[in-house]
Amino acid sequence: MNEFLQQLINGLSLGAVYALIALGYTMVYGVLRFINFAHGDVFMVGAFAGMYFGRWLKPHLVGWPEWLFAGLILLLVMVACAALGGLVERLAYKPLREKPRLTVLITAIGVSLLLEYTGQLIFGAAPRGFPSLLTSAPIAGLGGLHVSNIQMIVLGVTAALLMCLHYIVMRTRMGLAMRALSLNPTAASLMGVNNSVVISFTFGLGSALAGAGAVFYASLYQAIDPFMGVLPGMKAFVAAVLGGIGSLPGAMVGGLILGVIETLVVGYSQVLGVPPGYRDAVAFVILILILLFKPSGLFGKTLKEKV
Amino acid sequence: MGARSGFLAAVLAAFVISGLFTGHPEAAWPLAQLDDYLLNILILAGINVVLATSLNIVNGHTGQFSLGHAGFMAVGAYGSAALTQINGKACLAALSFLGPCAQGGLFVCALLFGAALAALAGLAVGLPSLRLRGDYLAIVTLGFGEIIRVVFQNTEAVGGARGLTGIPPQTTLGWTWAVAALCIYCVSALVNSTYGRGFLAVRDDEIAAEAMGINPTRYKVTAFVVGAFFAGLAGALYAHLIGYISPEGFTFLKSVDVVVMVILGGMGSTVGVAFAAVGLTVLNELLRQAEQYRMVAFSLLLIVLMITRPQGLLGGMGRFFSRKGGNP
Repeated sequence: MNEFLQQLINGLSLGAVYALIALGYTMVYGVLRFINFAHGDVFMVGAFAGMYFGRWLKPHLVGWPEWLFAGLILLLVMVACAALGGLVERLAYKPLREKPRLTVLITAIGVSLLLEYTGQLIFGAAPRGFPSLLTSAPIAGLGGLHVSNIQMIVLGVTAALLMCLHYIVMRTRMGLAMRALSLNPTAASLMGVNNSVVISFTFGLGSALAGAGAVFYASLYQAIDPFMGVLPGMKAFVAAVLGGIGSLPGAMVGGLILGVIETLVVGYSQVLGVPPGYRDAVAFVILILILLFKPSGLFGKTLKEKV
Repeated sequence: MGARSGFLAAVLAAFVISGLFTGHPEAAWPLAQLDDYLLNILILAGINVVLATSLNIVNGHTGQFSLGHAGFMAVGAYGSAALTQINGKACLAALSFLGPCAQGGLFVCALLFGAALAALAGLAVGLPSLRLRGDYLAIVTLGFGEIIRVVFQNTEAVGGARGLTGIPPQTTLGWTWAVAALCIYCVSALVNSTYGRGFLAVRDDEIAAEAMGINPTRYKVTAFVVGAFFAGLAGALYAHLIGYISPEGFTFLKSVDVVVMVILGGMGSTVGVAFAAVGLTVLNELLRQAEQYRMVAFSLLLIVLMITRPQGLLGGMGRFFSRKGGNP
């Protein structure tokens, strides 16, 4: 039982990261109906931004309490990622607004490769260490469970970010515009919504969440490299599909479920008879099963195709 | 000159030319001996032509977007190596009745076996996933490609992550370009046939095609299986060229390489894609010095191309080569 709880907590903290990335996929899908392949690489850039911010600012902010410093880094990374996401949208996707979806998809793959290889050029291909923003300490008094404070903070801050997102989408005018746009772009623009601005904002918001996910991921695993975004990006996409693409609660729940399943499969690999090497295949098997049996996902709506 | 005689001429030419140029010193017509480096590039170019034209039937002619071509290539490579390397002695003994041709016969069997396995894998992947479209299909094929790779990586019988060494290097220039000619012929003959119009119809408008009595799923799966078959052939040729295969050689990035060839050549243009495959292979070798800038340049090219010229650099070129002036 203890072991199960342990795996569950590990899975949830990994799942929180997937959820944060998945939200970006799902929001962009909501407004543009396309999968932003480069999202995982925005995540990667976020991790490197966190590393550099941490290193540069550390000597200047010596007297700051640790949590405030970590919070500042998190905020800076989110702003940097939002800027990058908005820039990518403006330069690469905006000129293709009326083009076929395949063209946009290929462009997204191009952007993804560009970020990866430019990252390799600038940061080098070898994995780098991520500075520890908070001192890692096990939380005592949990029986035999090994839970670090970082895992708990990741879960807590993720919950707070999701609350903020919920507020933005449901209670602000921009959120209203986003929802209108995802319902019907033409009708939204007739009602006075500036679609371009809303799309850019959506990209920025999703990228900021990916940036937060990157800081958490890097704090949990401590090694970052230019290709680190590929797998988490794809798994987060699976999470978005699992929850029903276009649905915000779906992306959160899907991310958590995926993180837990993946951790459990690896943790119980001997019981299940699946070698731990299959870790990265788990997500894809889930994706294929979902698409076969419930393509609309857990919270998604089935859409009829109109001729 | 009809397509069929053109194809036969191409195969013949491939063998004759390769005989002339790569002839061993003791061969009958040692017209010129290419050095090994150049020879390797020419063979690789041929393999890439097979990969790109076979992906083109899925991504170009049928309008589906597959990102898992490297997976099928891996199946072909490992499948063929299963005959020539893992069970090499037993298979050679079984073919001993062919006498001096046993080695060559085994090679042909291995090529076909690998390709057939890849086609089976294509069927298994295609049947469930081709009900999806567009970006979903791209991700699912990518996922399948990764699963295939992970399976090989975790199968100790084929060397696991270390890979498989000691595959007999039997791929020659002649074999490669003969397969390339076969692939180009099959793809263009298929697409230009009455049946093949179905592929183009599915690409242009799936719903309209369905209304005209075309079963889109069947056409998509057919395209997928044919594509996988030739990808398997290419993988088998590759395995017997390099003599060593490992799961790391068949990652997502390998699929992207092929996709870039198809896009640069112009999706749906067989001639353009074949030229792009040769061109990119040569370019890759020329840019070997600037390896780290190569992919940056390619990805930028991809983005700029999609914004300014989505039909590809060489797209539409096929019209100059086709008699009917229609869709090549």
